[in-house]
Order: sequence, then C-alpha cells, then structure tokens
Amino acid sequence: MLHMLEKTVLDNPLVAAFAFVGAVIWVSNLLGRHLTGGRVAGSAIAIIVGLALAYWGGAVTGKTKGLADVAQFGGLALMGGAMMRDFTIVATASEVHVDEAKKAGWLGFLALVLGTVLPFIVGVGVAYAYGHRDPVTLTTIGAGAVTYIVGPITGAAIGASSDVIALSIATGVVKAILVMIFTPVFARFMRLNNPQAAMVFGGLAGTVSGVSAGLAATDRRLVPYGALVATFHTGFGCLLGPSILFLAVKALFG
Amino acid sequence: MVIFGTALLAACYLAGVVIGEGIAALIGVKANVGGVGIAMLLLIAAQHYLQKRGMFPVDTAKGVTFWAMMYIPVVVAMAATQNVIVAARSGPIALLSAAGAFAICIVFISLINRVIERAHIASAALEPVSDDHDPASDLSVAPDHR
Repeated sequence: MLHMLEKTVLDNPLVAAFAFVGAVIWVSNLLGRHLTGGRVAGSAIAIIVGLALAYWGGAVTGKTKGLADVAQFGGLALMGGAMMRDFTIVATASEVHVDEAKKAGWLGFLALVLGTVLPFIVGVGVAYAYGHRDPVTLTTIGAGAVTYIVGPITGAAIGASSDVIALSIATGVVKAILVMIFTPVFARFMRLNNPQAAMVFGGLAGTVSGVSAGLAATDRRLVPYGALVATFHTGFGCLLGPSILFLAVKALFG
Repeated sequence: MVIFGTALLAACYLAGVVIGEGIAALIGVKANVGGVGIAMLLLIAAQHYLQKRGMFPVDTAKGVTFWAMMYIPVVVAMAATQNVIVAARSGPIALLSAAGAFAICIVFISLINRVIERAHIASAALEPVSDDHDPASDLSVAPDHR
C-alpha cells in the first residue's frame, strides 16, 4: 500500500508538488491565524517553512536543490524552477495599474543603479577586510553581493577561480534568503505599502527570488511592481559587473 | 476560452525572453536583460489593447489570473528548492557581504520611500487585506487618504 503510494508520487512529480505545496500553505495559514493571531501572513510562514524544508533536504542528500533532491519531492524543482517563477511573475502583470507604474519609472531606474553599486561596494569592502587584494577576486565577491547570478557570470567573464565563484554564489544565495525572510519584518520601516515604494524596493533589493518572495510575504498586490523593476536587475548587474565595476576595482586596487 | 488567456501569457513571456536575449547579445552580456520585465510590459499592452476592442472576455482573463494566483505557491516551492545549506554554512565573507548589502539597501529604500511619500510621488498606502482577499478588486477602489 505504502509502496504503491510512493510509486504514484514518484511517477507524478509535478502533481505531487502541487498537492504538497498546497498542504504546506494550508498548515502555514492555520499557524499564522492561530499561533500569531494573524500578525504574520500565512505566505511568510509558508516561505520560511519552505526554506527550512530546503535545509533539511540539503542536509539529508548533500546536494544543491534543497528538498527537490529528495526523490519524492522532485516535482518541486519544476514547480519552483525559473520557468514557472518567471511565468507566474509575468502573469501578475495583469494586476498592474499602468498609471501607478508610470509614476515611478525613473525612480525604478535610480533604485536599479543604487541596488547594483551599493551591494557591490559592500561586497568588495568585506572581501578587502578579509585580506583579499586581487581585483578579480574582489570584483567577483562584490558581484555576488548583487545577485547569485551576477556573481558567477562576472567571475567567469574576468577569469576568477572556481572557489571564488563558489563564494560569490554563496554570497548571493545568502542575500536572497535574507531578503525573503526579513522583507516582511522591515516592511514598515521601509514604508513598503504602495506601488511606487515596491518599485524602489525591487530595484534596490535586486535579486528576483528574494524580491518576489519578500513582497509575496508582505502584500501580494505589491509583487508585480517590485518584480517589474527587479527583473532588470540581473541583466543590469551582468552588464556593469565585468565592465565598469571591474575597471573601477582594478583602478583602485590593481 | 481559458486557453486563449494562458496562450497570450505564454506568447508574451516567450517574446519578452527573446527580446531580453536579443538585447543581451547586442550589448555583449551573458545574461537575459530584463526579458521578464519586457514580457510584463507586453502583457499589460496586449491586455489593454484587447480589452478596448472587447476581445478579452472573462474566460480569457481567467487563463491569465489563474497563473497570477499561482505565484505564491510557486514561490513557496522555490523557497523549498533553495540551496539553504550552502547559505547557512558559508563563511563570514558571504554572510557579512550579504547582510551588509541588504542592510544598506534597506536604509536607502526607507530613505527614498520617505522622500517620495512626502513629495506625494507615492500613492496612498494600500488598505490592509486578509490572506484570501480577491486581488481583482484592489487599488481601483482603495480610498485616497492624502
């Protein structure tokens, strides 16, 4: 009986993932309503539960895709992969009010520039403080602080070694997870309660997975505005990283 | 029919990603440049165009909104597939640069958002809602508190 159930789950990974995620969200909503008196949104709890499960999956299998590396939960990789993430993000555009978005186009761009340069400076600064002096290493770690895609792409373009690239990916992943968890916590401090603020947030916080999950946990109506800007973040970072930013680091430390 | 909405969404997605790849190739970047953002703009434009001509019935809209509503479940699945181990076990460099980067961004976001709130560039705060609120009725009906 149990064997049959397991075979069914293994044969239908995506459908099993739908059922599993539904159960996680159901439990999280109950927890949010009864344990925190509705103060913490169910979706915020669900995302934390997801991260905790990902930790467990990684600890059990020793691989990189969290819970999806456990065979029974393999469907999560497809459901939570970049394709479905981006497809559903685009769908949220159907809820965008054009006038709201138009008001803050230039703000979004300003946020995008700051959101690339500031994390980069912090990353370079920390790497420098830990004794790194090689411009390639400094740039790669700085780029990792922008997003975990900008890091390795920049590193590969300027010829960083694989352990430095791994470090820059780790930096980006840590940042994405911090953004996911702490966006709802700091939402009030950031005045994250209107579409324009969400666009500023999307540009500055950058990392699409962090922004999308952070806004989802804060107020799902803000998601499309933040995502609209954040999706330009990785491309923008990959444009600046190996060019202007690398040259600047080389001029300073080279 | 519902599939028309989903197909429209898919077409905008693919077109956006292709354009993003094109821009990337043009400026010599190895990542898609804003493909998803461009896809979002295409979808907004297409929907607007079809609505004005009465070619976007409720059924078609459902083919788009279903996927918009699936967004949070997809994000939960995404969270469950993150490499949390590497994040948790990364050394001080990764942790400090990530935390520092996020902290400084929070401060700037807070600063900018306070300024645009004062300058009335930002819209009024959205009304608080419950988890199972219907998003279709938002914003347009939110009263202006200014």
